[in-house]
Amino acid sequence: MQVPAQVEYEKATSVQHALALLARYGPEAKVLAGGHSLIPMMKLRLAQPEVLVDINGLTDLCFIDRVADELRIGTLTRHAQLLESELAGEHFAILHDAERVIADPIVRNWGTVGGSLCQADPSEDLSAAFAAMKGTMVIEGPGGSREVSARAFHTGPYETVVGPSELLTEIRLPIRPGHQRGGSAYLKVARRAGDWPVGAAGAAVWLTDGIVADVGIGLTAVGARHFVAAEAEEFLLGRPADEENLARAGEIAAEHCRPVTDQRGPADYKRHLVRELTARVLRAALSRAGGLAGRPS
Amino acid sequence: MKLTLTVNGTEYARTIEPRLLLIHFLRDELGLTGSHWGCDTSNCGACVVWLDETPVKSCTVLAAMTDGRRVTTVEGLARNGVLDPVQEGFSACHGLQCGFCTPGMMMTARWLLDRNPNPTAAEVREAISGQICRCTGYENIVRSVLWAAGNDGNDGNEGNDGNDGSDDDGRD
Ligand SMILES: Cc1cc2nc3c(=O)[nH]c(=O)nc-3n(C[C@H](O)[C@H](O)[C@H](O)COP(=O)(O)OP(=O)(O)OC[C@H]3O[C@@H](n4cnc5c(N)ncnc54)[C@H](O)[C@@H]3O)c2cc1C
Ligand code: FES
Ligand code: FES
Repeated sequence: MQVPAQVEYEKATSVQHALALLARYGPEAKVLAGGHSLIPMMKLRLAQPEVLVDINGLTDLCFIDRVADELRIGTLTRHAQLLESELAGEHFAILHDAERVIADPIVRNWGTVGGSLCQADPSEDLSAAFAAMKGTMVIEGPGGSREVSARAFHTGPYETVVGPSELLTEIRLPIRPGHQRGGSAYLKVARRAGDWPVGAAGAAVWLTDGIVADVGIGLTAVGARHFVAAEAEEFLLGRPADEENLARAGEIAAEHCRPVTDQRGPADYKRHLVRELTARVLRAALSRAGGLAGRPS
Repeated sequence: MKLTLTVNGTEYARTIEPRLLLIHFLRDELGLTGSHWGCDTSNCGACVVWLDETPVKSCTVLAAMTDGRRVTTVEGLARNGVLDPVQEGFSACHGLQCGFCTPGMMMTARWLLDRNPNPTAAEVREAISGQICRCTGYENIVRSVLWAAGNDGNDGNEGNDGNDGSDDDGRD
């Protein structure tokens, strides 16, 4: 029987209240969102906070809105809500691809987008998806709010830039102007339905006259720094979006990631996955953007 | 801490330890043992109950988090002594063997049918994909839910496939 150790519990009634509680209790306090990572860790005594600050009552952090040329997602948005959001799917197909394969429908009902990102598990699917989309995280603290690039948010396994007295409040994704043709996708290989990835890749590509004008490639669970395949992105920039270049991007991504052998698979297999998934997910993103170079779109 | 919540329409107030998991609160504090406690690791779905309008895995929710909210368990599925069509379906289509997974399966099935009254077999499988059954091979669970879909809107006593006890196949 797994039971968390004794803990105190505070229910936050507003962002300001949550921040005040975090300031009062210090680093031994932990934010409780969906609890679908934190509670299992408490049950295993891998986490033993002294106080939980429950933010589930902060329903104003539960939203998916378009504000000017940005999609804004509140931290407390449940996975299921993101999956169901037509607005999110219309602009960022990658988010629906990723949400469809995160855990199972019941876990998705309660686990939150922000909790996923703050957990910073190297296998967390949304971290790579938001890194590919070059999103921005909004963090509130005692001194006000600050913005951090999704690519600078994770500082290591289970580590983020969010300080003990801070709260992630929302994620912002830039919506590019219509004349830039763009598409995005996410592909994951897991051992069974609902499981964490053995490896996964997400891509977002923008084209100008068949040339890659901008590209983001995210990698999950394979030891990519900040969940990003930076060298493969650099290679593709300014090149034609053709099969040969996609395959090369896959090879470069595989060369530069650092997967480890674990119960989900051996490192060389994961590297193979990165090569294949990167090329395939780029292809999928491109076909949503209007096709590969040299082909009718 | 003091916890006040509504379970199956009845309000309860209890003093609990904040670390108490919802599944243990329901079973041990309230004696509602219909919800089962299986894997303890959010993988099997035997513990699925509704928190307000959505099914959650109650082994991964603190009872404290339900303060001021509504919880519905399998004991709350039947209304005024009339079984829910989902329950009728599991009976009519032999949707269980040992019954351990059944409460969670039924809570998810009811949620699915409320949102999607005419699901395909694939949609039923997707809905229960976070829940494990070690007995049935899922086939009869899917059949049961589809049966319920075809019989929703009845008062639950009709269209139960003639299963009035006369076709005794030892199921009881
Ligand atoms: C069975 C199962 C399978 C899963 N499979 C997958 C999968 O395949 N892919 C995947 O990506 N994920 C998977 N998950 C994880 C799931 O996505 C969780 O929802 C997520 O990891 C945590 O979200 P949460 O809201 O439950 O966070 P919590 O557990 O509440 O919090 C996680 C951490 O983030 C901190 N935190 C939360 N919100 C904030 C905030 N706003 N500001 C600052 N800190 C915060 C908490 O203090 C805690 O340290 C799975 C989970 C389970 C239980
Ligand atoms: S006991 Fe909760 S999911 Fe298995
Ligand atoms: S009926 Fe036995 S586990 Fe499903």
